[in-house]
Amino acid sequence: MRVAIVTFPGSNCDYDLYKCIQLVGGTPEFRWHRDVELGDVDAVMLPGGFSYGDYLRAGAIATMSPIMDAVKSFAGSGGPVLGICNGFQTLCESGLLPGALLRNRSLLFSSRDVLLRVENTSSIFTQEYEAGQILRMPIAHAEGNYHADDETLDRLEGEGRVLFRYTNAEGEAVDSANPNGSARSIAGILNEAGNVMGMMPHPERAVEPILGSVDGLGLFNALLSHLSPLGAA
Amino acid sequence: MSRFRLEIRVIPRPGLLDPEGKAIQSALHSLDYDQVHEVSVGKVLYLDVEAASAEEARDGADAMCRRLLANPVTEDFEIDVLEATAETVTT
Repeated sequence: MRVAIVTFPGSNCDYDLYKCIQLVGGTPEFRWHRDVELGDVDAVMLPGGFSYGDYLRAGAIATMSPIMDAVKSFAGSGGPVLGICNGFQTLCESGLLPGALLRNRSLLFSSRDVLLRVENTSSIFTQEYEAGQILRMPIAHAEGNYHADDETLDRLEGEGRVLFRYTNAEGEAVDSANPNGSARSIAGILNEAGNVMGMMPHPERAVEPILGSVDGLGLFNALLSHLSPLGAA
Repeated sequence: MSRFRLEIRVIPRPGLLDPEGKAIQSALHSLDYDQVHEVSVGKVLYLDVEAASAEEARDGADAMCRRLLANPVTEDFEIDVLEATAETVTT
């Protein structure tokens, strides 16, 4: 699995992703925001961070980067695209995913572990998990409050495109377990075609025991086995 | 061609959760300004642009708002042409 990791000025999780892809047996390659081609890759990942200092709106300026045209056509032809944190914000700003990420309702930057419930196990990103499985992963953001109109939210839920929800240890999506005020406790979503996903929590920071959790591995392993069904990386 | 100064106000859509506005409202209440029922926080951008007319300047800004300056999911925008700042001499 060859993965292009796009670095924007201000990205700061690009090396975490690089290490993570190596860990699961993939081949990571960096792409700079000014590049115009992705090259021969099997998947594209937009890392977390603060692209362009979060100026205007988080992820807004990144959508104007030259590489984003290539990311859009890669996504349009069915290539898997994963956006984490600032990458999720960028995917929403670019229109590849619906909705927007607003300021956390606490107004605070929140950096801590959260619990997520797996809502759909048929996507190429979540097929290694069990339905209802509770995952522990860190969040680190100030604008993670997912917002979309009711019609869009109903559609996302109806089509099984909500992949992860913030919950308590019992798996209940209660308000007290929602770290940022996201509509319907949504932590991660999928596009209509099923090949573009975005999430605010950081699966790439939950891939080794020393990090406190290995619950993020399933996501990368799922993508790897989707792209390399015979087990070849 | 002339130079125009534009004021663009980008404001959160009414009814949208505005935690910053809520925090400011409660701070005002703590100063006993109980008459404040709602606070909404947006941003103001000032652009100096070149255009043939005020109308053209406004149309250009409208397109900029739709493509980048405002998020259509969460924000509305208003544009004012403040003044023609200078005539540009073309040779």
